[in-house]
Amino acid sequence: METKDIVIRTEGLTKNFGPLQAMREVDLAIYRGEIFGLVGPDGAGKTTIMRMLSGVMRPDAGKIYVDGVDVGANAEGAKLRLSYMPQRFGLYEDLTVAENIFFYGELFSVPRGERVARSNELLEAAGLLPFRRRLAGQLSGGMKQKLGLVCALIHTPHVLLLDEPTTGVDPVSRRDFWAILYNLRETGVTILLSTAYMDEAERCSRLALLHNGEVRYCDTPAGIKKAMPGALLAIISAGPRLLREIVSGQPGVLGVLLMGDRLHVRVDDSTRRIPELQMLLAGHGITGADIQTAEPGIEDVFVALLGGTV
Amino acid sequence: MNVRRLFAMAYKETLQIWRDPRSLAIALLMPLMQLVLLGYGVSLDIRHVPLCVYDQENSQQSRAVVKSFVSSDWFSISRTIHNQTGIDYALNRDQCIAALVIPADFSRRLAATGTAPVQAVFDATDVNTTNIALGYAQGVVAQTNAQIADGWAATHGILPSLVGQVDLDPSTWFNETLDSKNFIIPGVVAVILALVGAELTSLTISREWERGTMEQLISTPVTATEVMLGKLIPYFAIGFIDAGFCLVSAVYWFGVPFRGNIGTLLITTGLFIVVVMGIGYLISVRIRSQLGASQIALVLTMLPTTLLSGYTFPIDQMPAPIRAITFVVYSRYYVTILRSVFLKGSGLSDLWAPLLGLSIYALIIIWLAARAFHKALD
Ligand SMILES: Nc1ncnc2c1ncn2[C@@H]1O[C@H](COP(=O)(O)OP(=O)(O)OP(=O)(O)O)[C@@H](O)[C@H]1O
Ligand SMILES: [Mg+2]
Repeated sequence: METKDIVIRTEGLTKNFGPLQAMREVDLAIYRGEIFGLVGPDGAGKTTIMRMLSGVMRPDAGKIYVDGVDVGANAEGAKLRLSYMPQRFGLYEDLTVAENIFFYGELFSVPRGERVARSNELLEAAGLLPFRRRLAGQLSGGMKQKLGLVCALIHTPHVLLLDEPTTGVDPVSRRDFWAILYNLRETGVTILLSTAYMDEAERCSRLALLHNGEVRYCDTPAGIKKAMPGALLAIISAGPRLLREIVSGQPGVLGVLLMGDRLHVRVDDSTRRIPELQMLLAGHGITGADIQTAEPGIEDVFVALLGGTV
Repeated sequence: MNVRRLFAMAYKETLQIWRDPRSLAIALLMPLMQLVLLGYGVSLDIRHVPLCVYDQENSQQSRAVVKSFVSSDWFSISRTIHNQTGIDYALNRDQCIAALVIPADFSRRLAATGTAPVQAVFDATDVNTTNIALGYAQGVVAQTNAQIADGWAATHGILPSLVGQVDLDPSTWFNETLDSKNFIIPGVVAVILALVGAELTSLTISREWERGTMEQLISTPVTATEVMLGKLIPYFAIGFIDAGFCLVSAVYWFGVPFRGNIGTLLITTGLFIVVVMGIGYLISVRIRSQLGASQIALVLTMLPTTLLSGYTFPIDQMPAPIRAITFVVYSRYYVTILRSVFLKGSGLSDLWAPLLGLSIYALIIIWLAARAFHKALD
């Protein structure tokens, strides 16, 4: 893609909180129309990077360009083109749904007629039309997040920054939420979101895996899966916890991850290790365990890449 | 500066004040409560101060002095005492607030020299009441002096004006003590406005931090100046409503005479509100919790205004170093202005000195406030 299509770019982005290096020379390039996902464990720096991109926090070093605007030099100019939805609910709980929308519409100087039409359209899509007169504080968690999205979209931003927008939201509301995001992408809006849900990570056009303030991997979901070292085996058996005890630390086993009723075991070489594991289990009196190679999910890859054994 | 954003801020803030019980209570109930507490406390309740009398002489003239105390209406005799220990006993047991002692040689000394001391002992536990009772006593004595002087001069064939024993102008003393509320109530208005103004605005920025709404707010194009002005507009309106309420109450409820003009009052009051609200706003920018901010606002307004503005404790009786400190107490200027406008009918030109003090203060506060708030998380 051409450079002009890069809508969000960071170069050497760095931020320290005292001795803590929260962001270490991060380079990112996000293209127009992407839904770009930021994933990483708690404290990885997802919120920190969102804050710097949205211009509410200044980096210690590095450059940020959002929609062609140098955020370091002209944060206020960038703010006109983007919308930021913080991790913590940031709207006024003592204002109604309609009053919140009005307020943010006015702050972005949305023309009056356009504001009314657009707010109705967005409320409709979010299923919030019947709740216009309700205080924002009295909405459910999912409705609050959708209201946040409506307020963020009232001025038709080019760039949308969403910090864990669906955390604590029920699956139905999450589906509504993603339907709105897909529609936005059609109109050319560039979306950067952080998420703790792996099914959401799979839906992103590209992902950055953030850890300790560094981007460890950045690729499409499929590309990231290919980057996983070793092969993944799924063992289905009664008592997966006991199974985990037995399998952990065996030669060739790189990682073990409990996934509901099954155990994901990452090994260096599947053809060699499957028979070995079968013998091992038989030795512990477990028979009939079903060991198969499995397609890794994003979660497996992340655990593998971050070197954790969960 | 964008007018739409400014009005959006002001409108939003108004809705929030309207729906916030704490802000509403400060805006509407606090002035009334303070007016009742401070206003009644100092002025109307002080009638019939219980007085013990120890008349050692019991002559016609000494009884006349006692009678003048009683007929003044400010004192009522609660006990008549016949020895010195009785005074201690009565004061200690709260049977009286003041004790009057007339020496045994009272009329003899008065006849011989034209002047005779009487002793008054006060229970100073309640400083305010004592101050006022002392003022009353001086008034009564001065009035009595005047009568005695007339009588003494007549019997000695001298014109009253030449009699040297009255060294105070009785009418001045009399008037001032009689109208102590006229002196105090304008000060009460200043105390209330300082407190309410700073308390209200101390909540405004800290509320955004505390409720987590600041991050989203500063991610919009709204400027720091628009945030400040937009937020202060509704508080300024409330400040004027409260000021109107206090000033009207001062005149029609407490009966303080108003001799000045309304324009002068409005201009100076507006200036004072700017100062106190600016101070509250500055606190609010720095302290990110509402409770913390409101407590600091309380300390920074109540303390200096009650102690150092001259509202109850006269500034010219303070030690020099403390008197110097009062020049940085913004309320002292407003207290001076209010008293002059109410009692003397002063106009803006008469008030140039305190007005200058207040204006300089307002400019500094505005300058600081305009710089205080930054659209950044750190
Ligand atoms: N204002 C701050 N002052 C000091 N340290 C901070 C501040 N903000 C963040 N940090 C630290 O920086 C690191 C990155 O924090 P950040 O909030 O960006 O993580 P995150 O990826 O958003 O985590 P989470 O998933 O919990 O939201 C953490 O160690 C955090 O404690
Ligand atoms: Mg976060």
